[in-house]
Amino acid sequence: MSDLQSQDYVRRSASTMTPPAARSHEDQVAKLIDVSRCIGCKACQSACMEWNNLRPEIGYFEGSYENPADLGPSVWTLMKFAEYENEQGNLEWLIRKDGCMHCEDPGCLKACPAPGAIVQYANGIVDFISDKCIGCGYCVKGCPFDIPRISKQDHKSYKCTLCSDRVAVGLEPACVKACPTGAIMFGSKTDMKDWAGERIEELKSRGFDKAGLYDPPEVGGTHVMYVLHHADKPSLYSGLPDKPRISPVVGAWKGIIKPLAVIGIAFAALAGFFHAITIGPNEVTDEDEVEGERVLHEAESEKSP
Amino acid sequence: MTRPANAITRYTVVNRVNHWITAICFVLLTLSGLSMFHPILFFLSDLFGGGQWTRAVHPWIGIMLLVSYSGLIIQFWRENLVHKDDIAWMKSIGYVVTNDEEHVPEVGRNNAGQKMVFWSMTLLIPVLFFSGLVIWEVYFGAATSIPVQRVAVLIHSMAAIAAIIVWVVHVYAAIWIRNSVRAMTQGYVTPGWAWRHHRKWLRELAAGQHDKRTIRKHP
Repeated sequence: MSDLQSQDYVRRSASTMTPPAARSHEDQVAKLIDVSRCIGCKACQSACMEWNNLRPEIGYFEGSYENPADLGPSVWTLMKFAEYENEQGNLEWLIRKDGCMHCEDPGCLKACPAPGAIVQYANGIVDFISDKCIGCGYCVKGCPFDIPRISKQDHKSYKCTLCSDRVAVGLEPACVKACPTGAIMFGSKTDMKDWAGERIEELKSRGFDKAGLYDPPEVGGTHVMYVLHHADKPSLYSGLPDKPRISPVVGAWKGIIKPLAVIGIAFAALAGFFHAITIGPNEVTDEDEVEGERVLHEAESEKSP
Repeated sequence: MTRPANAITRYTVVNRVNHWITAICFVLLTLSGLSMFHPILFFLSDLFGGGQWTRAVHPWIGIMLLVSYSGLIIQFWRENLVHKDDIAWMKSIGYVVTNDEEHVPEVGRNNAGQKMVFWSMTLLIPVLFFSGLVIWEVYFGAATSIPVQRVAVLIHSMAAIAAIIVWVVHVYAAIWIRNSVRAMTQGYVTPGWAWRHHRKWLRELAAGQHDKRTIRKHP
């Protein structure tokens, strides 16, 4: 997306600045995807393409309902279809709308090296500011959900914006608007949690005793949440991570290594500087030259007596 | 160039050209790499025309460095083989850093410190190259899994920091031991320099154990 600035940033990639905080009252927003109400019609996918002017290349039939085969630089949301045989031996068709989860603690933003290329607005939306993106792919490594995709055309990273442009002017995201069954809802995060609570009670009363809300605390919660009938096993839903977290490898790379590097390099340089001003240079003396010449001459005279 | 009559050739033209291509690549890689490593150094990307250009050019310079450094390995590996004398030199490191040459064992063509710089880079540059390939998004972004890429980027940054520290040591040592820089820019040292810092090498030269062209001319 572009940098509209109708919302204050609370986080900004590769920055140590204090974000502006004058507009202090911002409701945290969330999208709630009720998987149990989804019929897999892909209206959300179409709406996303239309609103965001995305036209992915037409692919080939891969033997699955999933189309296109994967998220991409111009596929920001994708219906994923999983066939699951439950304990009773019945088939369950688990359909999940995949896309950016808008983590409260975003791994992409943490990994990004370009100042301001990834931001989080006060309402919780995580957005890519494309003109600042350098195309390094660090966000791909930072993301616990395998969401960002780098374009081969312009070498920039793309993902769902949660329709930050629409939300900024009080509209709901395009996918929410298009959903015919009300499986996708949008509002304040508190409202969405309340709504999910009611829905989960209902599902439990219908026999889905493991029904629950997917709002993983390991990434500080997300601004896209799911109501799952099998909340005990999120991975049933086309590999939704059971315990998503920013990889400790990324944590080390973006955490402890940075100060260690600065200390290590600075120490080496300072050690050199202080060696230079205390012990000082090692210079060749006139005596050395005499000795050096002597060695060469002696050798010469031995060879030619 | 003008050389004193008793000049001893330490590095040939090929040695020097190869060394300085490597050095230029290394400095460019350090600047562009650090700009993508730490936010406070992101401004260094402006030297390369901005973030996108920095990201695009860094791996190509890396390939040049690997090729160039391979040339240095071919030319210098033999004289950097480790000997028993190197242990004695390392033990006298306290005398080395205080310029107390009389208490340091006689050194051949390279001392143990120089050998450590050589072998560290010989290890680190291939590590940097291969970990760098894994995270070269444009061509190899889809070649490995994301967990592999995460490990590669961590290894790449740690190896880079190690290489930069080795480089700092290398540059300071060249400045500290006066006239070493001239050996790598103009190619020659004086007999006094060889006597003071590489006495065993000087004796070998005098005994004719090295290439005859090494000692250009002496009266």
